[in-house]
Amino acid sequence: MTDSPYEHHAYDVLIIGAGGAGLRAAIEAKQRGLTVGIITKSLLGKAHTVMAEGGIAAAMGNVSEEDNWMVHFRDTMRGGKYLNNNRMAELHAKESPDRVWELEQWGALFDRTKDGKILQRDFGGHRYARLAHVGDRTGLELIRTLQQKVVSMDTDVFMECKVLKLVHDDAGRIAGCVAYWRATGEFVTFEAKSVIIATGGVGKSWKFTSNSWEGTGDGHAMALWAGAKLIDMECIQFHPTGMVWPVSVRGLLVTEGVRGDGGVLRNAEGQRFMFNYVPEMFRAETAETEEEGDKWYDDHTAGRRPPELLPRDEVARAINTEVKAGRGSPHGGVYLDIASRRTPEYIRRRLPSMYHQFMELAGVDITREAMEIGPTCHYIMGGVQVVADSAATAVPGLFAAGEAAGGLHGANRLGGNSLSDLVVFGRRAGMGAAEYIEAGDVATSFDMEEAETAVKEALAPFERADGENPYTIQHDLQEMMQSLVGIIRTGPELEEAKGKLDEFIERVKNISVKGGRAYNPGWNLATDLPSMLTVSRSTALAASLRKESRGGHTREDFPNPDPEFAKFNFALSCDGGDWDSPITAAESPLLPMPDELKALLEEAH
Amino acid sequence: MADVTMRIWRGDATGGDFETYTISQNEGEVVLDVVHRIQATQAPDLACRWNCKAGKCGSCSAEINGKPRLMCMTRMDQLPEGEVTVTPMKAFPIIRDLVTDVSFNFEMAKRVPALLPPPMPEGGYRMFQQDVDRGQEFRKCIECFLCQNVCHVIRDHEENKVHYAGPRFFIRYAELEMHPLDTNDRRELLKEEMGLGYCNITKCCTEVCPEHIHITDNAIIPLKERVVDADYDPIAWLGRKIRRRTKKTASEASVQPAP
Repeated sequence: MTDSPYEHHAYDVLIIGAGGAGLRAAIEAKQRGLTVGIITKSLLGKAHTVMAEGGIAAAMGNVSEEDNWMVHFRDTMRGGKYLNNNRMAELHAKESPDRVWELEQWGALFDRTKDGKILQRDFGGHRYARLAHVGDRTGLELIRTLQQKVVSMDTDVFMECKVLKLVHDDAGRIAGCVAYWRATGEFVTFEAKSVIIATGGVGKSWKFTSNSWEGTGDGHAMALWAGAKLIDMECIQFHPTGMVWPVSVRGLLVTEGVRGDGGVLRNAEGQRFMFNYVPEMFRAETAETEEEGDKWYDDHTAGRRPPELLPRDEVARAINTEVKAGRGSPHGGVYLDIASRRTPEYIRRRLPSMYHQFMELAGVDITREAMEIGPTCHYIMGGVQVVADSAATAVPGLFAAGEAAGGLHGANRLGGNSLSDLVVFGRRAGMGAAEYIEAGDVATSFDMEEAETAVKEALAPFERADGENPYTIQHDLQEMMQSLVGIIRTGPELEEAKGKLDEFIERVKNISVKGGRAYNPGWNLATDLPSMLTVSRSTALAASLRKESRGGHTREDFPNPDPEFAKFNFALSCDGGDWDSPITAAESPLLPMPDELKALLEEAH
Repeated sequence: MADVTMRIWRGDATGGDFETYTISQNEGEVVLDVVHRIQATQAPDLACRWNCKAGKCGSCSAEINGKPRLMCMTRMDQLPEGEVTVTPMKAFPIIRDLVTDVSFNFEMAKRVPALLPPPMPEGGYRMFQQDVDRGQEFRKCIECFLCQNVCHVIRDHEENKVHYAGPRFFIRYAELEMHPLDTNDRRELLKEEMGLGYCNITKCCTEVCPEHIHITDNAIIPLKERVVDADYDPIAWLGRKIRRRTKKTASEASVQPAP
């Protein structure tokens, strides 16, 4: 084992992140007889996966017999505006049913159909009722099931441990990482034959977000610094329905299940405005009148689906337009109404945690009143560029899965496809890491200098007496990203954002931190800011280059999709390898689509 | 709005004391919002644990004016006027300020023998909603550990932690024991090693559960009945002698093949 000046551990597979993807990867690697260590910034079971509400998409056909993987594939590609990695979309659609059934073997208790199968619900962009769920707390069920499985397999979990940087061997392969314990502030090195990035998202760089404090893009950033590429970083999903009041919970998620179960959107004039925002691409399958849409809930053959269930990017943009036109609610949102459409009993049974959340935080009884909602930064489609089958990145020994990986969702993700992404590609990352290790060409050394440089940088804020407060920088960054790199973007604003981000780099270099190293949130934030800046710079750069509108990237100055931009992803690199090194972009052509998959897209289902 | 005064316990395992902060208040805020603003403006090293800020992850447990609650789900305007006091959970060792060492719970989790279902038939298991309702109630648990914190058996008797699982894990055992597919038997383990008998049904756990799980009525009492039945029912005793079902350890139970 390597000689380290710090506490040191060695594993075959090291997994950074203990949400759905990280835990599923751990199970796979353990089942293949490898030693596994999992590192998480929080306690086990608290990852952002618990916030997923509506369900996990899998074409099991329990409710709609017509459903199958081919329709799921098509829905995912169309929802992603064809920017997706088609092989990932194919694997995802084919494998998600098995991943759901496997959760049930491990103890998950999904809601049931009358004949005892797993119940599935309707969701935006999914042609058939496809989301397996447990009321509106499906993410909790998923993470608890995986957590209990991982614990039963006697896996080492390093909780409240923050990874600073990945470490290479002398040939450029991944050799491990350097981290610190939040409880003590002591540093620790991990050497590993392979590392899986499963760190989730980046939403904490925006002011109104559904993401927890952990969503600082650590995995995105450290993979980029280590030599991997990031794709689609301009594609950020603003979930249409976040809470807008009280201000302290602004951004908190309201599940799409409300709309799947019959809820509708109204503006201040009481109008169901979504009928005015149906894009050409979805016109043939969307209801034209309220009457037709309402029939669909009970019988999918009696009418076409209501426009409230269009993909999330369409709904978020429509809400944004209504509010801008002065037809918003008192707190700057619109109304989400299920109270006038379903019985109180039905609402409480189907949406228990939404009922609870509005009652306790806003004093609103959703069985009697409409909710005030508006778009909130929710998810990044972009992430580390990977090989679909193995989740391998451009760096030997480094793998990525879940929200931290890019490709599956293209320019926009469908609701329910994130939980299935976690288990499908978490497992594949575990397989990929195992096969990489079996092939034998793994790290032979551990560059301790890389680790020591990261430690020095992390400690620097303690040595500055009169630097800036990290909380002030975080606050200003969130304000800036919300206003200049938000849901609707323009070229000049993006250029302004890029300039400001350079100033933020200088400010982060001048942070000073008070207190000691033991459980010091101010210091912890100071060590998160480099990743937050890296992902913010990546998003601003890619957004300025994509001179069109597509999915989760909307340019006011280029309001339409441009077929030329449909041919490639922007792939970002950071050759300097440090958090403040320049980031550059190149066009990375989309994976050619095999004819049999092309045919699926063309078929009129 | 008037300013608010918050007394927060600051310190570590070696000791500590209250510090008082006065700060402005905004409409609709919860205790965690105020703690965060104190962090951002007055005490950047004030330690508190949190994640989702939506009552879904169970990280921000603390005692607010002496009552165990989630900081993110406690609205300031619902507390009595005057000073608000925030202290860490009492039953667990202090790490720093409001953060406690809850590793006891993760150790107890390792000792739970896993679900042992029969092999899955083609097209998935069949289970009916009424058969999973009870288990789903227990699986709403967000692991805030407030129930563990208030349980007298460990709150007042540190030495009981080695042989007492506590309410959080009694609902976990109940969920497994009542699972329609489970073939494992954990009753002897519950009696001999998990200290089910120590619970004297004061329902403190049920009262503090932010998910409103009926811990005592729906989990602990039925478990106690099952354990008693196993001991004193002669037919059950005979059945056990013949079938010789014994508890499986967590790792033994985890060897089921993936589908």
